Amino acid sequence: MVAETRVSRPTAEMFSTLEERFPGAAQPAEYEGVVIAPDQLVDVAVFLRDELGYTYLSCVTGVDYPEPTARFPARFETVYHTFRDQGGPLTLHAHASRGNPVVPSLVSVWPSASVHERETWDLMGIRFEGHPDLRRILLWEGFEGHPLRKDWHEPYYEADYKPFSSRYPKGKPVQAEEQTPLGRNLQYPPDWSPEGWESQAGMEVYAPLEACAPVDEYAASDWCPGCTDRVVINIGPQHLSTHGALRMVACLDGEKIQRLEPVLGYLHRSHEKIGERNTWLANMPFTDRLDYICSMSNNFGYAVAVEKLLGVEVPERAEYIRVIMAELTRVMNHLLSIGFFTNDIGVYLTAMLYALEERELIVDLFEMASGSRMMCNYFRFGGVARDLPEGFLPLARELVYERIPRRVDELERFLVDNEVFRARTVGVGVLAADVAVAYGCTGPLLRASGVPYDIRRVEPYSIYDEFDWDVAARYNGDIYDRFMVRFKEIRQSLRILHQALERLPEGPIQAGKKQTIVEVPAGEVYGRVESPKGELGFYLVSDGGPNPYRYRIRAPSFANLGVLGELCCGHLVADVAPILASIDVTLGEVDR
Amino acid sequence: MYGLGILKSLSVTVGHFLMTYVDDLRWFFKGGFGKRYSPEALPTRQSPKGRGVFTVQYPEERLPLPENFRGFPFQVLDPKTGKTRCTACGTCARVCPPQCIWIVRATDPDTGKPKREPVEFHIDVSICMSCGFCAEFCPFGAIKMDHDYEVAAYTRDGSFLWGLERLAKPLAYHAAIHPTDYMAEQAARKKK
Repeated sequence: MVAETRVSRPTAEMFSTLEERFPGAAQPAEYEGVVIAPDQLVDVAVFLRDELGYTYLSCVTGVDYPEPTARFPARFETVYHTFRDQGGPLTLHAHASRGNPVVPSLVSVWPSASVHERETWDLMGIRFEGHPDLRRILLWEGFEGHPLRKDWHEPYYEADYKPFSSRYPKGKPVQAEEQTPLGRNLQYPPDWSPEGWESQAGMEVYAPLEACAPVDEYAASDWCPGCTDRVVINIGPQHLSTHGALRMVACLDGEKIQRLEPVLGYLHRSHEKIGERNTWLANMPFTDRLDYICSMSNNFGYAVAVEKLLGVEVPERAEYIRVIMAELTRVMNHLLSIGFFTNDIGVYLTAMLYALEERELIVDLFEMASGSRMMCNYFRFGGVARDLPEGFLPLARELVYERIPRRVDELERFLVDNEVFRARTVGVGVLAADVAVAYGCTGPLLRASGVPYDIRRVEPYSIYDEFDWDVAARYNGDIYDRFMVRFKEIRQSLRILHQALERLPEGPIQAGKKQTIVEVPAGEVYGRVESPKGELGFYLVSDGGPNPYRYRIRAPSFANLGVLGELCCGHLVADVAPILASIDVTLGEVDR
Repeated sequence: MYGLGILKSLSVTVGHFLMTYVDDLRWFFKGGFGKRYSPEALPTRQSPKGRGVFTVQYPEERLPLPENFRGFPFQVLDPKTGKTRCTACGTCARVCPPQCIWIVRATDPDTGKPKREPVEFHIDVSICMSCGFCAEFCPFGAIKMDHDYEVAAYTRDGSFLWGLERLAKPLAYHAAIHPTDYMAEQAARKKK
């Protein structure tokens, strides 16, 4: 199975097409895809989008090569993954010098590049010429350096790679807290002191908004009847509707949103830097912490990506178990998402607690199988951690065949026809299909806008092509439809679960022997799965060592948040919370 | 008719509201007052068959933990020798994702060669992420995941650095909380 879905190298045909159109611009990359000359990158991108149908740019990232590699000198590399409506990615690379890394921005071609380019600038320090608003996105504005560069070290840097030699065989124990005492766990320039410093935090954020708030006009007239004032307000980072620490800066005209900017990074935990220090296997429990509601899906994404590099064949029983877990996660996530969403439009906790009850029963199943309710850490490369325990299947069957369908029907009866509910959701936050694709939205958000794009169908991984199910889609693109798509998806997931539970074969659950140190051959891979929130992609580069050379996560919530400003424009402040809830973000995944 | 949807919604909440009483009565007829909140009722209440109020009255009640539950790691003491099963091979320290395991391997004073036992074994539980890799990959079955989740302490300095004295637990404890695992272990040992 793995061998078939392996990312295909761009065919000779693609090369000849590019060569014909842009002589000398393209050459094969180190591992996968094409290297495009930076000065022709935008033209190539426009050509790919308009003439070859690569309308969807999923991920932009950077890789630092401080040392020359087999075929190229020392460089920064930006990597773009673009997709058509079917099949795997076309991977584009662009090289930039290590001294002054500049690459043309692709925001004008694919607006979805915006947030990813900002992140690449923030963490890798590659400047994107022509980006309209190239600011830091995850780190604070006083941060020194770009942490994902290989020569950047954290304050309590110990070694480049785990395992650290100080732990064994002569481990002198120190509690982590003593190692990084408060006040000394930060790194700042030597001539700078935190005492005399006054925070300019967020002033940059307001700059783009000032254009929309011509205060003078109002100040000029003492009073004008019917005129509204323009104000800039902050919603969050501590706000009950933001599902975590998310800040939104909005410019209002009266009560209408004129412009809204999400400000991210309050939960940034250096996931990718930690991931590059870790061994391949040790990243598995860290992926649980990305989207902490759907840890099984995160495990799945990482396992799929690494298995593509390894070329491991997963035993059939393990595949079934994986699908069961992933679909249970989807059911759980959508139930929660519906519950929290109703909380945000003011139904308060009623529907949410109904949803939480079912979620509770599903996490009980996860706990039985994996040992933990939320941080499952259940997948291993080439299989799963342990076989299903006794009692799992009867419980799962009871849930999937009886309880959840009944409760989903009930939730639907509770909400779908409710006039108040409809008044708040129908026609609000409409996202057109072309905008959704351009901004790189995925998951229920995209499918509610009438684009039936589901990775389980367009680029099947695992054994999804063996099941009988439909891609859920609706066509109005408003909040109500996003919400209905989730209901539909729960039903489709239950359909898959029915088949998987019926057909679950006996057999081994792990290919080969479980290893602590996994030997991953050199190469790069973009493995993606349909997580409940959208496309969860792992871009991994291996140099053949025991640790990932580059470990990048394309988080669905992060990409989907890029369209929030667009969605909120022209709506009332009161609609921001439902719109945000309808995107369904988890901040652990956004900020990583 | 406008308002019908609202009535439909309300019927659901009313149903839930009444169900709590129906369920209370059901338990009352089964075993009188307090039956619903007895330890025998808990597994049913918290299963797919559960109806009515879905609350666990923690800390008066505690959910039964499945055998695979992963708390913090502990060391298994061998009843024959009174020492831990650990041979200081270092597999756990290498596989630990947050690198919170610290081992000092013993050396033989006469020969100066490393011995197959630890002098010290520490786990910094303040950064332990309960991933269970140490227990999963331990080749000697010396580390298991505990079921004790109430480990809060009043101070932070040093109190979360657990040494062998805190980590070591008798074999009987392991057998009690991990019956299936223990049986499999015994069977494998007998085969040898």
